[in-house]
Amino acid sequence: MTTPDNSGDVRLSGISKTYDNGFTAVQPLDLTVPQGSFFALLGASGCGKTTTLRMIAGLEEPTTGTVHLGDQEVTNLPPYKRPVNTVFQSYALFPHLDIFENVAFGLRRRGMKSVKKQVEEMLELVQLGEQARKKPHQLSGGQQQRVAVARALINHPKVLLLDEPLGALDLKLRRQMQLELKRIQTEVGITFVHVTHDQEEAMTMADTVAVMNAGRVEQLGSPTDLYENPNTTFVANFLGTSNLIEAEVDTKNGDDIVLKAGGGKLVLPKARCAAPTTAGGKVLVGIRPEKISLTHADDAGDIPEGRNRLTGRIADASFIGVSTQYVIDSPVCDELAVYVQNVERDGRLVPGADVVLHWSPAHTFGLDAAQDIDAGTEEEAAA
Amino acid sequence: MTTLTEAEAPPPLAPTAPEQKPPRKRGRFTPYWLLLPGILWLIVFFALPMIYQASTSVQQGSLEQGYKVTWHFATYWDAFSEYWPQFLRSVFYAAGATVLCLLLGYPLAYLIAFRAGRWRNLIMVLVIAPFFTSFLIRTLAWKTILADNGPVVHVLNSLHVLDVTNWLGWTAGDRVLATPLAVVCGLTYNFLPFMILPLYTSLERIDGRLHEAAGDLYARPWTTFRKVTFPLSMPGVVSGTLLTFIPAAGDYVNSELLGSTDTRMIGNVIQTQFLRILDYPTAAALSFILMAAILAMVTIYIRRSGTEDLV
Repeated sequence: MTTPDNSGDVRLSGISKTYDNGFTAVQPLDLTVPQGSFFALLGASGCGKTTTLRMIAGLEEPTTGTVHLGDQEVTNLPPYKRPVNTVFQSYALFPHLDIFENVAFGLRRRGMKSVKKQVEEMLELVQLGEQARKKPHQLSGGQQQRVAVARALINHPKVLLLDEPLGALDLKLRRQMQLELKRIQTEVGITFVHVTHDQEEAMTMADTVAVMNAGRVEQLGSPTDLYENPNTTFVANFLGTSNLIEAEVDTKNGDDIVLKAGGGKLVLPKARCAAPTTAGGKVLVGIRPEKISLTHADDAGDIPEGRNRLTGRIADASFIGVSTQYVIDSPVCDELAVYVQNVERDGRLVPGADVVLHWSPAHTFGLDAAQDIDAGTEEEAAA
Repeated sequence: MTTLTEAEAPPPLAPTAPEQKPPRKRGRFTPYWLLLPGILWLIVFFALPMIYQASTSVQQGSLEQGYKVTWHFATYWDAFSEYWPQFLRSVFYAAGATVLCLLLGYPLAYLIAFRAGRWRNLIMVLVIAPFFTSFLIRTLAWKTILADNGPVVHVLNSLHVLDVTNWLGWTAGDRVLATPLAVVCGLTYNFLPFMILPLYTSLERIDGRLHEAAGDLYARPWTTFRKVTFPLSMPGVVSGTLLTFIPAAGDYVNSELLGSTDTRMIGNVIQTQFLRILDYPTAAALSFILMAAILAMVTIYIRRSGTEDLV
């Protein structure tokens, strides 16, 4: 019945969570996390990602739907009977036990007598062999985090759940721990489900990312796929930065759609448009800032044919070393972001200069104009 | 009582305006000025009476001829050898009441801390409510509750519980009143809130995620309690048991009202010596022996419970 290669699958079918006060944290959701993958649930706070994780762990009871681990249904099993372990946000280490006993906790509960060797090996794996007899409060944040990982991993769970495990660490340590966790995951080969609000963290670590918003999965895919082909404005804005320009469908030309924006025309490959396109209908044209090239208006003639172009004026430029980030006001859209690599800097590209923005149509994506254009931006998150 | 509140109230605002030029010299002594009322209170109402009692305990004489300090330490030995059964009884009764308080109070404190939800405040008020009535009145009420022809005795009798307690020597005949059981029940009742409040405080401080973490690491609810909740509540257990045991060991009201001559505790002996027999040296010596015994027991208890690194 159980084949060894799918015993670490996590399958959520129609799972949802509505709290007693009527708040629905998770809308009915289907999700499959394949065995051995590093899966990230990404979203702003309150999007339901932690609730989803807690339903897998058994710490929250789903209102509807089922949870399967491999072929075993675990929906009604209490946490202590599920072959999963959790790395909690802020770690939840037992303050009255030393590091050794914290790590040994799970093994002892399952009645293992000789735990010394295993615990020592696990502490070596997370490079804490020296700290075994210290209490959690004597360790730094990064060390506590590694204890939390060790305490969960030592039980060889089928799935390891990580609830914002790096949230309490400073930036440098976060980057280091991201690589560390990724290394450990590759080494032990078990399924990791990682909850985070940090899109960079999700993209660096995970094989597959599910972007969640308001209790729904907005889009699911590999980090590159999500970044290059966002399906919604939320994903486009939440993962990196996107320039979204409102445009009107003009004609369809083979595999391309020609759109009118302001006075000009933009070309969008049909395959990269996630919205219905009827002639005269509205579409949001998206383009990532680093895909755009800038040419001074005087040299506009040098731009090759077949590229999408917009005219504008530089409103602001900030030099950040590897690149320069421009903010450009264009008749079709205010505050377009453009990142230009500092390879050959054009001295004329200073605030106030008239420029032409141009990019390959292949990098353009199209979104449904019926959505909130600012969904998932930082301004919206702050509001 | 008024003295206490007045003395402990902060003194009128000391002139410590921070902008003024020489704040350093004045500021250095501010903490001591603030401590002064408390220290005075301790000297007048704690240190002086202690010294006075200590000197009384080594005096000899009689009420008619007056007492003189003769450094007669033999009073201590005489008092102890005469009244050691009452000492022992006090310790047993207080220990019994403390254990009962812990057994009754822990589940209640746990309930208030983790399960009560919106009822939490109401239950807390109910725990404290008895304090609105006088200690004496409440203890007298137990006399009615445990009366010979009252419902409690009737029920215990028909369930044959009294047969068991009679056999254990906790009760005698068909009575509960005037037996050790009544005294211990009274002590338990009177000191229960002192157990519940510290227990609640330390249980309430436990991070709920630790319970989740224990469950996640294969601990069943009971194991979670044994391995996580209870060890983390030890500071509350220690302070609760101390707050119950210490006053219970010196109590005399419960034994006086609910007990008989066979249940006299050391508090009753001291009270009689002071107020009826007027043998002040013996009474003072007994007080000091009681204090020393409690201090010794408490010290050993705190050392052994090892709660220092739990804070």
